[in-house]
Amino acid sequence: MAKRVGMEVAIAAAEAVGMCDIDVAAVYPITPQSHIAEHLSEIVADGRTDAEFVTVESEHSAISCVAGASGTGARVYTATSSQGLMLMHEILPIVSAMRLPVVMGIANRAVSGPLNILNDHSDIMPQRDNGWIAMFTENGQETVDLTIQSFKIAEHPDVMLPCCVNIDGFQLTHMVEPIEFPDQKLVNKFLPPRKPYATLHPDKPVSMGTFAMSDIFPEVMKAKDEALKNSKKIILGIWDEWEKMFGRRYRPVETYCADDADVILLTMGSMGETAEIGINELRKKGISAGLVKLRLWRPFPFEELKQAVKKAKILVVTDRAVSFGGPGGPVASEVRAALYGEKERPLIYNQIIGLGGRDMAVSDFVAMVEDAVKSGEKGIIKDYEFYGVRG
Amino acid sequence: MKKKKWPEAWHEVNPGCIVFAPANAREYHTGSWKAQRPIWDDSKCIKCGICYIFCPEGCVTQQEDGTFRADLDYCKGCGICAHECWPGAITMIEEG
Ligand code: SF4
Ligand code: SF4
Repeated sequence: MAKRVGMEVAIAAAEAVGMCDIDVAAVYPITPQSHIAEHLSEIVADGRTDAEFVTVESEHSAISCVAGASGTGARVYTATSSQGLMLMHEILPIVSAMRLPVVMGIANRAVSGPLNILNDHSDIMPQRDNGWIAMFTENGQETVDLTIQSFKIAEHPDVMLPCCVNIDGFQLTHMVEPIEFPDQKLVNKFLPPRKPYATLHPDKPVSMGTFAMSDIFPEVMKAKDEALKNSKKIILGIWDEWEKMFGRRYRPVETYCADDADVILLTMGSMGETAEIGINELRKKGISAGLVKLRLWRPFPFEELKQAVKKAKILVVTDRAVSFGGPGGPVASEVRAALYGEKERPLIYNQIIGLGGRDMAVSDFVAMVEDAVKSGEKGIIKDYEFYGVRG
Repeated sequence: MKKKKWPEAWHEVNPGCIVFAPANAREYHTGSWKAQRPIWDDSKCIKCGICYIFCPEGCVTQQEDGTFRADLDYCKGCGICAHECWPGAITMIEEG
């Protein structure tokens, strides 16, 4: 068995990238950046991986740089967070439309204003519809595993889409956790060199990023949607392969005590671990509670979600971002859409939690579930609430 | 079988819309966009070549006698040539 080491999760993410034989990394090296970029630059400078590390003048340039490098056939990586991700926004749909397998680590942090920098999901949610595969990690080990898997998923000939690994900022990126690094030889076997579909080579000229008017644009959009939906199948296969080689199992929707639960709590990201302890407390109190954790945000795992919650009477969906003036949180609106066509579906209570890094304790998860049970019994439907907000 | 101008069905689209045939932009006739076309009055033309330089389509070429004409398969009728030609040798007329 591989050795366990205590390591800060952002550093571990960089170490994981260092095991993937990347060719080019481009990052904007100052705020809003995490230790991922800093440590990756050390790995490259120390010659531990043979890559070009480009420090550019903005995140807009960072994503453009890795997109161009990816077009040449290189294996590429970038990392960002918060405002940096917002600045990349313009380029993100172009990367996916060009089917470039860029991998990006995102240390999820609140977007301004007010200026905050702490953890929530308000940076990734505006990127939802950009055609990227999006996964969420719950701890350091998953961060390492998903980072390595991402290259294989993104570069798979039936996928060829960019992939982002969402790692809760501070709550995860700045925590020291015990992490087991996979053996480099096995990683090399799992992740062979990229075989690009096309490259920018003068001997074989191709045009990338072409022009498409209304006579072909809708067909291109449908092709992109189908590619993203189809990627789930490949992701599942790659997760099976990972399990066989490294022993850890990943699923688009993961459950804890949820099979027989009347009330289910749904989380995405690092809060799943605290919520698990909350479920234990609730079970001790005799409440039939369970937890569903969403790992895969895009492509959205409709079937797996329906299966996971089909017996529940109440579903408490937590969100770490707000769709202002809309239906509450983006996760809840997705879950509602997924379950709308079901004959029997749970009552859904949406709680918007942990905005701008507000701490969530075990007792908060217990309180949310108890409150939902009480409301459910009285038949009170609340669309969404800002949990714990004073006033 | 007639060669397709471009993919008809969504599943025929190359991943990433990559085009493997080089220099195929000439198969796209931007001339279909135009509502006006340039007409040259060669008696006013001083053969300075400004129209040739300024045409964003690159569709203006010089003829044997040194005067200029647009390839109407590609001329999109923007009128830049007529605007830039200072002796006023080019007039834009309505298509039709
Ligand atoms: S710009 Fe006018 S004068 Fe100059 S070459 Fe063209 S038509 Fe002739
Ligand atoms: S109208 Fe525009 S496109 Fe046509 S020849 Fe003149 S400059 Fe070129």
